[in-house]
Amino acid sequence: MIHLVLVGTSHHHAPVELRERVALDREAAEALAARLAADGCEAACLSTCNRTELYLATEEAEQAEREAVDALASLGPEVEPALYRLQDRAAAHHLFRVAAGLDSLVPGEGEILGQVRLAHELGTTGPLLDRVFRQALHAGRKVRAQTAIGESPASVSSAAAALAEQVFGSLEGRSILLLGGGKVSEQAARNLRSRGAEIALVANSKTELGRIDEELVGVDVVIASTSAPGLVLEASTVAEALRQRRGRQLLLVDLAVPRDLDPAIAELDGCYLYDIDDLEQIVAETLSGRRREAERAESIVAAEAEKFHEWQASLDVVPAIASLRARAEEIREAELQKAESLLGRLDESQRRAVEAVTAQIVNKLLHLPIVRMKQAAAAADGVLYAEAVRHLFGLGEDER
Amino acid sequence: MAELLFWPALLLYGEAAVGYFGDVRRPGRAGRAATWGVRLGWLAQTALLGVQAARDDGFPWGTWASSLDLFVWLVVSAYLIWGCRKPYRLLGLVVMPLAVALLAVARAGGGTGVGSASHYSNLFLVVHVGLVLAAFAGFTLAAALSGLYVWQEKRLRTSPATILRRQVPALATLDALALRTVAWSVPLLTLGVAVGLVRLVVRGERLDALIAVTAVTWLVWCAYLGLRLLGGWTGRRAAYLALAGFVLVVVVRLALPATHFA
Repeated sequence: MIHLVLVGTSHHHAPVELRERVALDREAAEALAARLAADGCEAACLSTCNRTELYLATEEAEQAEREAVDALASLGPEVEPALYRLQDRAAAHHLFRVAAGLDSLVPGEGEILGQVRLAHELGTTGPLLDRVFRQALHAGRKVRAQTAIGESPASVSSAAAALAEQVFGSLEGRSILLLGGGKVSEQAARNLRSRGAEIALVANSKTELGRIDEELVGVDVVIASTSAPGLVLEASTVAEALRQRRGRQLLLVDLAVPRDLDPAIAELDGCYLYDIDDLEQIVAETLSGRRREAERAESIVAAEAEKFHEWQASLDVVPAIASLRARAEEIREAELQKAESLLGRLDESQRRAVEAVTAQIVNKLLHLPIVRMKQAAAAADGVLYAEAVRHLFGLGEDER
Repeated sequence: MAELLFWPALLLYGEAAVGYFGDVRRPGRAGRAATWGVRLGWLAQTALLGVQAARDDGFPWGTWASSLDLFVWLVVSAYLIWGCRKPYRLLGLVVMPLAVALLAVARAGGGTGVGSASHYSNLFLVVHVGLVLAAFAGFTLAAALSGLYVWQEKRLRTSPATILRRQVPALATLDALALRTVAWSVPLLTLGVAVGLVRLVVRGERLDALIAVTAVTWLVWCAYLGLRLLGGWTGRRAAYLALAGFVLVVVVRLALPATHFA
């Protein structure tokens, strides 16, 4: 039997200092998978900032696991205790949870699906790993389609972008004014740009900050994150700009502490002001929503893992089924040849009719035993049944 | 036959109204069931209107009660254009209970049966009654969109933490859709009212309360268009004006018809 073996570590088991030791770039992950597959097994390496996992498919599960542990342990002396080891059904279930984003730091995050796809593409895969990775990607897509686990923003920057979409709808062609250049505001701007918005001005210097008044008339979103000790933008300045905007709405996001934007701006008609606390509340709320959705996602993943287990178990009886079919076909053809000499010459349509009838008899006779063998395989009796079939039908040693 | 079609339409609209309430509590299945309720109910009501027109050989919605029947159909038809989309389900919370109530009132007034053919010509009724009702249906939807705008705007200001819990169209989308709906409806009302006035003058009949309030309604909605297109009104101010215009539509449709149709 071919086993699925998983050895790896993730943010649940290893702190960042350890994870960065085992984090592999694209080339290194591909090379490691190729090295582990050199002995004839299948191998794939999934490496992200939160996890590094090796998936192997082989008949020698213990040996493969040892090799995978050695490969990861060689990256750092303290790595081995943080490694987890799973096999077959548990390993597949784990991969499906990973692809669905259920094992991620932020439940339902979407990036992991692309990373699983990449691991599959870079791996040295065969029938089993191909199957398990394809099914994992399918499970991941299904979870995202059938639950709302990935719908809401999970970071302050994406919450700012989601709020902008609540006000403006499509952000295509909307312009952003960035006050200051903090990391979070840059991320928020990047998020807005990925949705089609454009940056009108990044006001970092005193001169640029002096241009705020005129820029306020034209922009749609203001993101502030300066390190100024006091307010950078007063409500009166915004009120003046609003008069010239002819009713166009303005979204202001204040990511700075202490705040850059006058809280009185929130009272102005046509203005929507959010500070860092508002955004963090949105993130907290959506994360709790994601956790609720995760319960539904778990049942989808469990069903997919069960399907994989049934498929993997059926591999035990596949050779016996193939031998049985081949033997039956051999007998049918031999008997047909005998019959032809007895019945005399048959025309083409008669020959086709006889072929069809005999094939149907064989199929009907074999149908139930084959179904029962597959059922037995799913219930772990597959090998026993396969042996019994070989014995009963006299299937030779060479077919094993 | 009309009876056989009225009840499914009413029940399906009712199911949709209940479904939309359920969708507010737990978004998902109830919302989908509500959308199907609207679709199937609309089909049943369309068939009902078809039967009414065929039996009476013309335009049988010239009376107060039967015009309400047609009005409900027009409102639901316009709602169906966006209502099937998930973010607009909240609109159904306003539109569908209203449709159920008005359809029930139409039935109570005998407007959902057959035999309501008017002594007016079909052409006059189609142009006058048909266009005025279509315009009012448009104003009803514009008001619903504006109501949703006011509600969502308030949420954006007061409870940002839960703002993303429910899928609602963006403020800019609601604002633009309301404007577009009114821009289609005002010309329809203008034409419908003009035809009625011409007939009034030709026949030398007198103005009644409904005609006077309809004229005020027309003025309010023209002002809405003018202020939005020329005065730069958007957002909350425009939404409140639309809601004020809708109050007049309600008065015209429900409080004054007796003075006109009599």
